[in-house]
Amino acid sequence: MEILASEFFQRALIGGVLIGITAPLIGIFLVLRRLSMIGDTLSHVSIAGVALGFLIGVYPVAVGLLFAIIASFFIEKLRKTYKTYAELSIAIIMSGGVALASIMFTMGRGYNVNVNGYLFGSILTLDNVDLITIAVVTIVVLVAIISQQKELFLLTFDEDAAAVSGLPVRFYNVMISVLTALVISASIKIVGALLVSALLTIPAACSLIIARSFRQSVITVVVIGELAVVLGLMLAGVWNLAPGGTIVLLLIAIMLVLMLLKRGMKMGS
Amino acid sequence: MQNNSCHQDIITLENVSFSYQNQAVHSGLNFSVKERDFIGLIGSNGAGKTTLLRMIVGLLKPDSGTIRLFGQPVSQFKDWDRIGYVPQKNSFNPLFPATVREVVLSGLYTRNKLFRKITKADQKKCDDALHAMNIEDLAMKRIGQLSGGQQQRVFLARALINNPSLLILDEPTVGIDSETQEGFFHMIKHMHQHHNITFLMVSHDMEMIRSYLGQQPAIESGKLKFYKKHSHELQDCVENDLTHSLRELRHQMESKREVVTVGDIS
Repeated sequence: MEILASEFFQRALIGGVLIGITAPLIGIFLVLRRLSMIGDTLSHVSIAGVALGFLIGVYPVAVGLLFAIIASFFIEKLRKTYKTYAELSIAIIMSGGVALASIMFTMGRGYNVNVNGYLFGSILTLDNVDLITIAVVTIVVLVAIISQQKELFLLTFDEDAAAVSGLPVRFYNVMISVLTALVISASIKIVGALLVSALLTIPAACSLIIARSFRQSVITVVVIGELAVVLGLMLAGVWNLAPGGTIVLLLIAIMLVLMLLKRGMKMGS
Repeated sequence: MQNNSCHQDIITLENVSFSYQNQAVHSGLNFSVKERDFIGLIGSNGAGKTTLLRMIVGLLKPDSGTIRLFGQPVSQFKDWDRIGYVPQKNSFNPLFPATVREVVLSGLYTRNKLFRKITKADQKKCDDALHAMNIEDLAMKRIGQLSGGQQQRVFLARALINNPSLLILDEPTVGIDSETQEGFFHMIKHMHQHHNITFLMVSHDMEMIRSYLGQQPAIESGKLKFYKKHSHELQDCVENDLTHSLRELRHQMESKREVVTVGDIS
């Protein structure tokens, strides 16, 4: 239990609380626009950036972030090229990212790199620079979403109506992709690149089960995200489990409980 | 007496051409929509109805020619508050977590109101729009739970909340049973006859368009047919003040029989 009082755990917990707000919040816009897979894509590209960071000796999270942002622009570009098969762009970029990452990790085999930590998350490796990065990303994401919540709602609900209202739809699409890239890169060290998209999408999936209004679903995703992250990190700390995996399994458990409760309520009524 | 300012050009298309994957969808299309016109646009699938709508609101750029909205080229047009838009029924996911009230309020989120918070006056406008469409009881329901006809009322309320001069409807009655369609169409006709709103409606329903707009299309272009009717009901050049008259509209539409009577004047 003393692990919970240790400095590295406290850092992971603060970082976790912050991404527990931002990841589900940005995730709800992705899920409702049927772009759930974007999270996975950007995180896979982000690993390639992390690998390059190790290879050239630059802060890996920053290079990962840069890669994710570039990928987000590419997704928009490909989405336009393959308008009616938009998911194709996601498949192409995702495999491209993994291909690049695998090659760079093999090139850097001589270095002592803890690849597992980046793939599955770790509570041991978060340092102060990581924490500052997460804090800055949290502020950027919250300011962007809170100041544009009305417009983002309309865009998410009805993109054509948003365009007819004169909203700069293209700008908002890029903004959502870039914010997603930021959140993913910031979350990778705690949750892991392979699991980070679950933190974006599963809280939103839960909110679809219980929320009646958009306002309710925003509150729901943040509460569920926080619950899973804080509880998951604690369980992972005490039992020495992979934090990413623990958080994701908790999220899935919450979702199953909500589904059962809803079913029970339907049968009861 | 009507003076010319009552009949300003709302939409003008001059020599508009558009092609998709090297196939001409529209070539040299000319037409203008004047204030208080009701334009019904009919064409088979692939005739370019949606393409045309998208060009008119600036979502697509024509290959050549000019499109003007309220006299301004679309690219420079800024008065988006003046346009209301009613989408196809199936344009959203029924599971989407949004209440009727949230959807109706979103009609106010135009470019001119970026960074502006929702005010009490906005909430009042929303109340008025809900009341006029007789859906205030549904305000807190999730939109996906509503019937097709009720959803159309919600989208109409959203389109009306800004007190629009131009209402664009994209196949608003697709997927709705015929009785509800009829009620919806009467409501639209009523608004055309009693309020200063110009309509552009894309529809599959030939019969309904013809029963109101006449048997002969005003213009034919390729596979598209434009039916047209001008409203002479309003004698003066009153400013369109729908928000104030919404309550009155509700009273007039309270009983369906009355609406049908009003709608059947033509």
